Amino acid sequence: MSKMHVKLTVNGREVEGLAEPRTLLIHFLRENLRITGPHIGCETSHCGACTVDIDGKSVKSCTVFVAQANGADVTTVEGLVNEDGSLGVIQEMFREHHGLQCGFCTPGMITRAHRLLQENPSPTEEEVRFGMAGNLCRCTGYQNIVKAILASADMLNAQKEAAE
Amino acid sequence: MNDQTLTPEERTANLKGMGCSRKRVEDVRFTQGKGNYVDDIKMDGMLFGDFVRSPYAHARIKSVNKEAALALPGVIAVLTAEDLAPLGLHWMPTLAGDKQMVLADGKVLFQGQEVAYVVAEDRYIAADAVELVEVDYEELPVLTDPFEALKSDVVLREDLAGQTEGAHGPRKHHNHIFTWEAGEKDATEAVIDGADVVAEEMVYYHRTHPCPLETCGCVASMDKVTGKLTLYGTFQAPHAIRTVVSLISGIAEHNIRVISPDIGGGFGNKVGAYPGYVCSVVASIVTGKPVKWVEDRMENLMSTAFARDYWMHGKIAATKEGKITGLWCHTTADHGGFDACADPTKFPAGFMNICTGSYDIPTAYLAVDGVYTNKAPGGVAYRCSFRVTEAAYFIERMIEVLAIKLNMDAAELRRINFIRKDQFPYQSALGWEYDSGDYHTAWDKALKAVGYEDLRKEQAQRVEDFKAGKTRKLLGIGLTHFTEIVGAGPVKNCDILGLGMFDSCEIRIHPTGSAIARLGTISQGQGHATTFAQIIASEIGLPADDITLEEGDTDTAPYGLGTYGSRSTPVAGAATAMAARKIRAKAQMIAAYLLEVHDNDVEWDVDRFAVKGAPERFKTMKEIAFAAYNQAIPGLEPGLEAVSYYDPPNMTYPFGAYICVMEIDVDTGEWEIRQFYALDDCGTRINPMIIEGQVHGGVTEALAIAMGQEIAYDEMGNVKTGTLMDFFIPTAWETPNYTTDHTVTPSPHHPIGAKGVGESPNVGGVPAFSNAVHDAFRPFGLVQSHMPHDHWRIWKIANGLGLHG
Repeated sequence: MSKMHVKLTVNGREVEGLAEPRTLLIHFLRENLRITGPHIGCETSHCGACTVDIDGKSVKSCTVFVAQANGADVTTVEGLVNEDGSLGVIQEMFREHHGLQCGFCTPGMITRAHRLLQENPSPTEEEVRFGMAGNLCRCTGYQNIVKAILASADMLNAQKEAAE
Repeated sequence: MNDQTLTPEERTANLKGMGCSRKRVEDVRFTQGKGNYVDDIKMDGMLFGDFVRSPYAHARIKSVNKEAALALPGVIAVLTAEDLAPLGLHWMPTLAGDKQMVLADGKVLFQGQEVAYVVAEDRYIAADAVELVEVDYEELPVLTDPFEALKSDVVLREDLAGQTEGAHGPRKHHNHIFTWEAGEKDATEAVIDGADVVAEEMVYYHRTHPCPLETCGCVASMDKVTGKLTLYGTFQAPHAIRTVVSLISGIAEHNIRVISPDIGGGFGNKVGAYPGYVCSVVASIVTGKPVKWVEDRMENLMSTAFARDYWMHGKIAATKEGKITGLWCHTTADHGGFDACADPTKFPAGFMNICTGSYDIPTAYLAVDGVYTNKAPGGVAYRCSFRVTEAAYFIERMIEVLAIKLNMDAAELRRINFIRKDQFPYQSALGWEYDSGDYHTAWDKALKAVGYEDLRKEQAQRVEDFKAGKTRKLLGIGLTHFTEIVGAGPVKNCDILGLGMFDSCEIRIHPTGSAIARLGTISQGQGHATTFAQIIASEIGLPADDITLEEGDTDTAPYGLGTYGSRSTPVAGAATAMAARKIRAKAQMIAAYLLEVHDNDVEWDVDRFAVKGAPERFKTMKEIAFAAYNQAIPGLEPGLEAVSYYDPPNMTYPFGAYICVMEIDVDTGEWEIRQFYALDDCGTRINPMIIEGQVHGGVTEALAIAMGQEIAYDEMGNVKTGTLMDFFIPTAWETPNYTTDHTVTPSPHHPIGAKGVGESPNVGGVPAFSNAVHDAFRPFGLVQSHMPHDHWRIWKIANGLGLHG
């Protein structure tokens, strides 16, 4: 199958490559770019393990062609660490509150939580639960994930306040 | 050195040993997407395997035409049973003593069965080629009902025709697999015949699936130069897989290295050996290249490892006062097309004979008949020890049914029948020796915590209000007191394929006082790297942060049977403590030498040996470690390391009291969990944070199973729940918050008194949710109804009871 040229920004870095028109974004990220944080759990948009951020929106990358992301700004969980390589706030809060077990859903969860808190910096528990309902976890029962996200919101708001 | 200025309590805290909620060391990698799961593995020249699967549940294969697939550029090979037959690999042994087709040999027995294996340069080409393989099927009559299968003339397993003896004794019919019995049949039937009260019900625990978020997969890499096969995969039992691969492939075991990388959840799905592994190994041998196979979600749900599917016919006998006198159970077990249950060899129905539960039942009898049908093989322990969740569901439903018959409160009925604390160790009527328990204390604590009396009053008022037309919602109070049997197990009666179910730990202390430990188990999210280091820290006084923990590489880890059945802490955790104690014993001799006193004149103090009566004279474990490598100590070998293979003297018996308060909308069948209280007693608690996390997750899996999750078939054997659209997994939205609590009754035979906890919440959760549904409708006459209790089925209950006017 003939290939097309794609160019996008991933975690702040410009990348390009050749891909078939049918190549899914998740496969381009994982196999061409070796960005293996986003995972494949269902390939039908149900589980959210493949969630990435595209131009400021949470997107399930298992059902998007890389061609559709041509020219886009993509962020994955790898892009959410601090500049010095330490864990970002949400990543740290997931660790602090035991918001992960096997770790397979975690990259998608954290990437989705990142966007949720951009959209709604001070969510209620109910808003977190609703906002995270597109991401499945089989290990944690969500209780500590919700706790981690609420704690992240507090910490990010405190940081914002301190900076102002 | 500040050691002299710290109190023993401060030194203990610095170790981050047992009992503290140490943060997980795994999470630094996982939270930034740096885990290493099997599908993350990429090797030079790696090929991809994919299966052609049967669309029919029962059919004869008339022909397979590979031509069009092979003509597609990028396709390397298409394997069928014919290609595997010369190697003797077209069938493989199952864990249950049966055999299973690797690729369809003349016929298929379930929808989704593997028919041909395509090998191609990338996963897209492999998927294209799967579509191009032409298979000509002749449909055969389909049997999806185990009761029908036992009467039918249709022979499912033609390969077993005429065989009246199976792996577990006589076969009564051509679709019958085994009969397994425990307890006293005649005595139990006599008790039931003469009882004041007998309650009888059919309790069905439906077919479901563990469905970890990561599906099963592997990468097989045969190095033709060295003759060594490396097999990476989602294996819950890597050493057992190595032995199985050696036995069925003929490759010498030292030439096989099995590696379980990070595993994205297992829950029993990743215990067995699947055709994908065999085909990938063959493909790598044939092509000389690494071959990756990762199943997609639909393949996962349709073909690898279903769970449950037990029809449990029960009779429970009691006196008028409610003292239980006997329990009888006959189970019809639907095993699908091949018997691939993951159970210890001598237990074809697992530990279903724990079905007397938490109760002192003097006489009991259990029989289980295994049956072939046109469904997928499996029968794995989905987040439970072998068939323990079936047993717990059965007895906890039978108790409720008996309470209705006696017109008694179900909490009180449980209380008067619990095994008393002074009866432990307790010999059950079905053959187990329960190690320890204090059920009354746990039960009273649970009832008090939820305000049980007030809940019953509220429920009675709600029924009045409902009858008066003031509300359309009912209130259900779901009670459960479960007892598990985990930690398989003693080698004298527990083995898998002849491999004794001991487990192992090897610890090496480095000269500068840090350490590495390797175990025969493998974490799939349980946090072993965190908790096992805590055990070692407490035992030998080196900080947990200075201890690396490794699992899953059979070239480096000592032999063990893997992680499932809540066996890691009871078995490998014990091995860890025992290996650490060997190190401490040697350290004592080194310390005595350094302090110039007799071995018996030093005593252990948190992280050091000190001279008795002179605590200011001591050697820390760190100092001892260095001495082990630089001093010539008479009578002692240099170095400081130990290995322990632990054969447990008994199983462990965790227990718990769970209470679910549920609101049910009679008109829509919708439910809402208002409160869920989970009290667990897993003996000694190693890491309370991780225990709580395990309980949250396990109860949520129980919520899924009880309230909607199932692998459903139509009468043609088509899987109706093959995607996450149809197969229920609760989201954060419908999952409630849980209240966790505990009592601590240590196991008397375990070195640190720990019992295991990972599976308790699933075992206890399912009956708690199901009993809540039943309890809501009890005032209107409901006695028994089958799970899963999805909205439609709950609506049907209400409708059947005439509650829709």
